Amino acid sequence: MTRYTSATDRDREQMLATIGVGSVEELFADVPDDLRLSRPLQLDDGLSETEVYERLRGLAARNADAESELCFLGGGMYDHYVPAIVDAITSRSEFLTPYTPYQPEISQGGLQTMFEFQTAMSELTALPVSSAGLYEGPSSVASAGYMAIAAAGRRRFVVSAGMHPHSRQTLATYSQGYRADVATVPLVDGVTDLGALADALDQDTAAVMVQNPNYLGAIEDLAPLAAAAHDVGALLIVSCDPISLGVLRPPGEAGADIAVGEGQPLGGRLDYGGPSFGFFCAREEHMRRMPGRISGETTDVDGRRGFVLALQTREQHIRREKATHNICTAQALNALGGMIYLSWLGKRGLVELGTLLARRTAFARERLAAVAGVTPLNDAPVLREFAIAVDAPADAVLDHCADRGIAAGIPLGPDYREHPDGLLVAITERRSAAEIERLAEALEEAIAVTGALGGRAEGERVGSR
Amino acid sequence: MSRALPQTDTQDPPAGSCTESPMQRERAVTIYERSQAGRRAAVFPKAGVPEPPLEELIPASLLRTEPADLPEVSEPEIVRHYNRVSRRNFDLDSGFYPLGSCTMKHNPRINERVAALPGHARLHPAQRDRRAQGALELMWNLERSLAEICGLPHVSLQPSAGSHGELAGLLLTRAYHRANGEEEQRRRVLTPDTAHGTNPASVTMAGYEVVKVATAADGGVDLDDLRAKADEETAALMLTNPNTLGLFDSNIAEITRVVREAGGTLYYDGANLNAIMGKVRPGDMGFDIVHVNLHKSFSQPHGGGGPGAGPIAVSERIEPFLPVPRVERVESGNGAGPRFGLSDDHPSSIGRLRGFQGNFGVFVRSYAYILSLGGDGLQEASETAVLNANYLLARMREGRAGRHLPLAFERTPLHEFVLSGKPAKQALGAKALDIAKRLLDHGMHPPTIYFPLLVDEAMMIEPTETETKESLDGFVAAIDSILTEAEEDPEILTGAPYTTPVRRLDEVAATRDPVLRQPSGRPAP
Repeated sequence: MTRYTSATDRDREQMLATIGVGSVEELFADVPDDLRLSRPLQLDDGLSETEVYERLRGLAARNADAESELCFLGGGMYDHYVPAIVDAITSRSEFLTPYTPYQPEISQGGLQTMFEFQTAMSELTALPVSSAGLYEGPSSVASAGYMAIAAAGRRRFVVSAGMHPHSRQTLATYSQGYRADVATVPLVDGVTDLGALADALDQDTAAVMVQNPNYLGAIEDLAPLAAAAHDVGALLIVSCDPISLGVLRPPGEAGADIAVGEGQPLGGRLDYGGPSFGFFCAREEHMRRMPGRISGETTDVDGRRGFVLALQTREQHIRREKATHNICTAQALNALGGMIYLSWLGKRGLVELGTLLARRTAFARERLAAVAGVTPLNDAPVLREFAIAVDAPADAVLDHCADRGIAAGIPLGPDYREHPDGLLVAITERRSAAEIERLAEALEEAIAVTGALGGRAEGERVGSR
Repeated sequence: MSRALPQTDTQDPPAGSCTESPMQRERAVTIYERSQAGRRAAVFPKAGVPEPPLEELIPASLLRTEPADLPEVSEPEIVRHYNRVSRRNFDLDSGFYPLGSCTMKHNPRINERVAALPGHARLHPAQRDRRAQGALELMWNLERSLAEICGLPHVSLQPSAGSHGELAGLLLTRAYHRANGEEEQRRRVLTPDTAHGTNPASVTMAGYEVVKVATAADGGVDLDDLRAKADEETAALMLTNPNTLGLFDSNIAEITRVVREAGGTLYYDGANLNAIMGKVRPGDMGFDIVHVNLHKSFSQPHGGGGPGAGPIAVSERIEPFLPVPRVERVESGNGAGPRFGLSDDHPSSIGRLRGFQGNFGVFVRSYAYILSLGGDGLQEASETAVLNANYLLARMREGRAGRHLPLAFERTPLHEFVLSGKPAKQALGAKALDIAKRLLDHGMHPPTIYFPLLVDEAMMIEPTETETKESLDGFVAAIDSILTEAEEDPEILTGAPYTTPVRRLDEVAATRDPVLRQPSGRPAP
């Protein structure tokens, strides 16, 4: 179906006459006949706008979203409230529809907001240089690894088991390309085992990688991890939750060399996992090796303040095979959304939000611990998320809760075999005390029902997966 | 200096002189500089739970001592600030945007509406499969559609952008050669010298060496050079067809045969897919791996530099190595409809390329676009894109443009074409950069300039199918007016632009002495 094109029959005739051909087909003369698609594409016929809407609405209705059920899911993306101004501003044509700001004279809006974003992320992480954003969280961890290889001249990473499983898996994928070895250090009492870390480090180690708060929700003490890394000349790379940086000691202050992370918590939609943005901040000496666009302040020929893409000599379109990364299109609009959200939070709001999360999360952990058959996996301090074990098959518990309109948590078993019936439970400012109570009641009932029906003896449970 | 400035429909021309335009009088002020201690926008719900001091919950040594310096502004100020800042951008909705290789086609707003449905926008990515059936079915349907368009049987939607898809394709290549016991032997990737910059950058990231293949006199791959370089060390060839000159390489079957016989994989950079939808398919040309830029051919708004998505479609021999998780469809035996799920159970997979399932919001928009157009509509889009490009080229062959900005390679292009500004530079002293900057005063985005690298003063023009004939004619008139100025007074061009929020910027200083963030506590100017 013709859509979004405006050439009329008369236009086509005139245009073909101007070109000097009899048909559009003649313009494809360089395509050899035997390669041409000799049939129509086997796709449905085009639909009207109202039909497209109904088709997509029908699909959307078959998803249990956080609007229609109680969502305690986290694991890197969280059901925070997205203020109305984020959508209102990011849907403006001026932000929504331009390309990358290659022509700075007509791209000052985008370049300035990138500069503002860099300032904010640099403040949050307490690291002096920020890029304007990468794709998302886990691939930012892998990109930090790529930079660490270049910076340290070494090809080995020591990674905490508290790093998000997706980040560890992405790092393993990228490492096949940049030929790095990855060693994993276990958790003890919910946090990275410092002794095991020290044992794993050697003179070939390019970087230590940890996440804070870690995947189980526990807050790591970064300073000794940084000291251990620096002792062998390795970098400390911290993947952090940007919301946590309102109240937690920032990675730059604790000794991290690079801070990366997933930007979705900053006013991003859940979107079933994307698009969001990744952030990347580092110490000054890494400035000319960093991945991603960077906006810099300068002046125009009349002395007016302006912004341009700075340090482009790192980038693929200039340096080609010698570029420090291949990234081109990233997630500019999502990073802008993050900046709008940070402006909305403001200096005090970010602290208040972090404090609110800490109190609600502490309350929730205590409340769930009181449920028969629920045991917290550790006593480490937490901020917005915590891990529990349920005394019943986790999948059955989750299904039972789901049938009552509650997404109770993310199962830990597939990624942490030592916690076959572990659940990761996340709290946001949207989850009230009453809703936490509903979760507690649903879990209690679920464990009672599925634990009994499941009928597995304690000895059987461990190791059965 | 008195200048006659062109009348444009989007900018107020200064009254016959270089005095500041209203946009220029408004100096750049950042949100930080609007900050005043004590202002705020966000208000949170009451805790409703006990409120101990934070130090009782988290040891003080792990807490921040000084709050991060974020702006302190009210909601009205935030809205006004970003509204004003936005007006310092030029955008696709405001005017012609013939940026070569970027496919700046119209962004349908129905796509935004369906992406914002709560069932999409508020769906948590860790939701259990059985409670995300609509999302998984959408991903499955999009995969099938892209497979049909690309002529390759298997698809992964996971890569976040074209560059990410390239990295994926090279890691797939590595996995394929590893499975054949040839990983260490095959360490080189062939790319033509006209390739997008991401191609060689991705090659390096994937641990390979770049080997450049020359371009023949007709703008295609130099077959002799390719035959000489394709050997037992070749891991892959990366190619886009039509290439970055907009030319379809008629030797494509021979090119893919040579590389296949040498044992390499065939990677197709899908940045130019908008030229060929429904006409010819990369799989039928002999390619193994294709990335598709959903933010180009499939109408995802570019957002000033993303988000995009770069799904990959692959051949049977590459399929075992595709990233996980993969979307699977299971027919139910009981007469109910099919079920969809995510599976990690692919032992030969290269693994994950990112978190969760990919840029799902982009998938929704592109799927809505494909549903809107249908198969025949996609074909019509490509045909009209090619018609528009060739019409614009025909018009650019007339008059001054024809004299000063000739076609770089004398062949019929598809969806874009590359002019050489060398005659304009030699005869008029007007560089491609000057012409581009002067176009800004006409309320148009310039073409891609200085790319591809093998054309002197290159101007790469891609009008897309969504432009009207009138807008193409308007571009021709603007170029003619600019070349007329150049003939009369070349300094007009070297001083351009005049009407933009800022004029030419000192990019050298921005890299030599970088100022990449605002110092804390900077006072308002």
